[in-house]
Amino acid sequence: MKFTLKIWRQKNAKAKGRFETYQVEGISPDTSFLEMLDILNEKLVREGKEPVAFDHDCREGICGMCSLYVNGRAHGPDDDVTTCQLHCRKFHDGDTITIEPWRSAAFPVIKDLVVNRGAFDQILQAGGFINIGGIVPDANAIPISKVDADESMDAAACIGCGACVATCKNGSAMLFVAARVSSLAKLPQGRVEAARRAKAMVAKMDELGFGACSNTQACEAECPKGVSIAHIARLNREFLLAKVQD
Amino acid sequence: MADIETKLNSGIPEGPLAEKWTNYKSHVRVVNPNNKRKLDIIVVGTGLAGASAAATLGELGYNVKVFCISDSPRRAHSIAAQGGINAAKNYQNDNDSVYRLFYDTIKGGDYRAREANVYRLAEVSNLIIDKCVAQGVPFAREYGGLLANRSFGGAQVSRTFYARGQTGQQLLLGAYASLNRQIAAGKVKSYVRREMLDLVVIDGKARGIICRNLVTGEIERYGAHAVVLATGGYGNTYFLSTNAMNCNCSAALQCYRKGAYFANPCFVQIHPTCIPVHGEQQSKLTLMSESLRNDGRIWVPKKLEDVEKLRKKQIKPSQIPEEDRDYYLERRYPAFGNLVPRDVASRAAKERCDAGYGVNETGLAVFLDFAEPIKRLGRKVIEERYGNLFQMYEKITDVNPYEEPMQIFPAIHYTMGGIWVDYSLMTTIPGLYALGEANFSDHGGNRLGASALMQGLADGYYVLPYTIGDYLSHEILTPKIDTNHPAFKEAEDAVKAKIEKVFKVKGSQPVDALHKKLGNIMWEYVGMARNEAGLKKALGLIEEVRKEYETDVKVPGENNEFNQELEKAVRFGDFLDMAKLITLDALNRGESCGGHFREESQTEEGEAKRDDEHYMYVSAWEYRGEKEEPALHKEPLNYEEVKLSTRNYKD
Repeated sequence: MKFTLKIWRQKNAKAKGRFETYQVEGISPDTSFLEMLDILNEKLVREGKEPVAFDHDCREGICGMCSLYVNGRAHGPDDDVTTCQLHCRKFHDGDTITIEPWRSAAFPVIKDLVVNRGAFDQILQAGGFINIGGIVPDANAIPISKVDADESMDAAACIGCGACVATCKNGSAMLFVAARVSSLAKLPQGRVEAARRAKAMVAKMDELGFGACSNTQACEAECPKGVSIAHIARLNREFLLAKVQD
Repeated sequence: MADIETKLNSGIPEGPLAEKWTNYKSHVRVVNPNNKRKLDIIVVGTGLAGASAAATLGELGYNVKVFCISDSPRRAHSIAAQGGINAAKNYQNDNDSVYRLFYDTIKGGDYRAREANVYRLAEVSNLIIDKCVAQGVPFAREYGGLLANRSFGGAQVSRTFYARGQTGQQLLLGAYASLNRQIAAGKVKSYVRREMLDLVVIDGKARGIICRNLVTGEIERYGAHAVVLATGGYGNTYFLSTNAMNCNCSAALQCYRKGAYFANPCFVQIHPTCIPVHGEQQSKLTLMSESLRNDGRIWVPKKLEDVEKLRKKQIKPSQIPEEDRDYYLERRYPAFGNLVPRDVASRAAKERCDAGYGVNETGLAVFLDFAEPIKRLGRKVIEERYGNLFQMYEKITDVNPYEEPMQIFPAIHYTMGGIWVDYSLMTTIPGLYALGEANFSDHGGNRLGASALMQGLADGYYVLPYTIGDYLSHEILTPKIDTNHPAFKEAEDAVKAKIEKVFKVKGSQPVDALHKKLGNIMWEYVGMARNEAGLKKALGLIEEVRKEYETDVKVPGENNEFNQELEKAVRFGDFLDMAKLITLDALNRGESCGGHFREESQTEEGEAKRDDEHYMYVSAWEYRGEKEEPALHKEPLNYEEVKLSTRNYKD
């Protein structure tokens, strides 16, 4: 297969970026999208040019490191996958493909397609944990209904990639925050601090420059792990509860 | 090569096996809270071992600095572990026990692990599950609300706890949450996008590290009273593996060069259930969880003409009648069938493919079939058990595994070898500890499924926090480590020189092109089956690639910027040394054992033949300079509790 690639190039956080156009050919349809970029980079290096910087690691769709806005969609045209699991067979031979970094005020560009998602760590440091330590009770001491455990797991599937923020017109991190709040709130051990946690994490999200949620549901549509916006409703409940308790 | 028969002191405590850990804990020194506040610890790596260690040490009151190469501690490759974590809870009342978990691990490791370490691992396994549940890890549950278990990877009891096919992710998020809690409390400081490029040793003790800031290129110095290495394994030496792209062995190798012995490097695990290579453009391999073997049946056609038709796509695998299928694991190993340990399953797949029965165009694939279990249990049950894995398989291969069997082939997955550590997890450099996959201590020649997560968390939550106190209790009078000490400058200069050197070559080949060459050599000659001639050939070929690296590598850009090609170029120099070490060790170990199969040492039926008389030791390699060959030290293994037997999965 053969593609024309329009890729965002930006030397560093302060430099002005621009699109550059590249051609790749001889790509097998079974090649993954990132392998196609590897091939481009190998070619660029051989030609004495700067390769395109992009974040990636596990290439199994679980580490959350890869990002990329491909043809106007977070993680590209396929549903329920991260960019690393996107394959070239999802494109047509001869296609022009536009590749951009996550665009969000809270995720400044580091270089080319690489952004700084440190704000996500900071949100979780504000309360995305249960305050326990030391030696704890036996694992089977508290029965938890399978339904609750499953729902908690649905939310915990979030990989922290940032597609929700990148795809939201407001740059809101509500789905990311909701996934963690909801996952812990569904379990008895996380219930204890649920309201407090919701309040602290939302406050940190606001402080870091993420936008507000206006219920467009774009985040759910683009989440590679299918995390549901139902969790945002649960976050709102916990948040209100915290406000009432104040 | 020099062969030094020194006895490495493993520091195994006195007393009966089941009491050793308790005895040890009762007698080691502890540091009082006022003094803990004065002590600094560096933890490198934030996978299960590193994150759990950093969180626990912070919780105890030490000042911890934790480093990772990714943009967040949560990205570490532990996150990709799918299947589960073992513990000896015996919740299923199926006669599991600490002893049984210990015994299975020792046996599975083909009697090349230390009894005392493995027993301790089994002992603390139960605490891990308690801790994870308390952290909010959403393990699978039964309708009654209690935890669910499954049998995994050759175990005859159901002792594996799991969170769908994402157990590693959930456990890592648990450890990461604990870490975040300590970061919020100010006890841990997190440094992301930092790569450790050297260890600083002062007066024989580990006192700090040199890092490259991967965003700015700055070379940074960090000092501490102790350094903990939790940087994973060296599987990416082979280029294609199931490891994440950024997994590398540079930090470990640098410690080796500074005096830490490297143990059992030839023990590399090749996982039987990976998605086969699709072609030259491949960058990495994807693992399909071993749990699939609980229900899936592995086969190849009995007739070569069916193989031909499959390759030409004239027939679909489902059209081959039952009587023309060779379920070779069930045939060869009736007692364990499709659940034989990983090394056995991998070699059996290689044997069939070598004989010409490989089922895809490359001839390097076998089938993993779910038709029978879907018929027996219904699609819904299979979907519930493996849904996300089936989806992943379909996304990658474009084949629906509910309708046609999956194709699988073995791939490099995990490395049992690693930095040599004593019972307290301290390396041969005082004050330097190694945890998780980065050390060698618990899996012997072969790791059992669902045991990597267990070991990483055992080391980080329950072993190191006790053992490091014993060392640090002697350090309470040592002031903060001054990073202006000449040893820091010397290490920093060496790192800078190394970086300058790769830029200076200005050759024509990108690093990946060289790495692929190295990977091909390693897979061909130091892969699933090894022999003396091949290993000797590999040593020569590795040196040829090294020459190309030193004269023809091309690294674009500059140091003082985000530069991924530079990162790879620096790491590649270490992969070359690692490749040599693996090969030397494989050459030295003339027996077949665990993941290491020497063709010279096999039975008439082609099964691995262990040689306890000559090789019942840990090989620990000492670095002796760039131009010198490393020296081999041997730590004899003494089995007091377990009677050695030949692994038999036939009956």
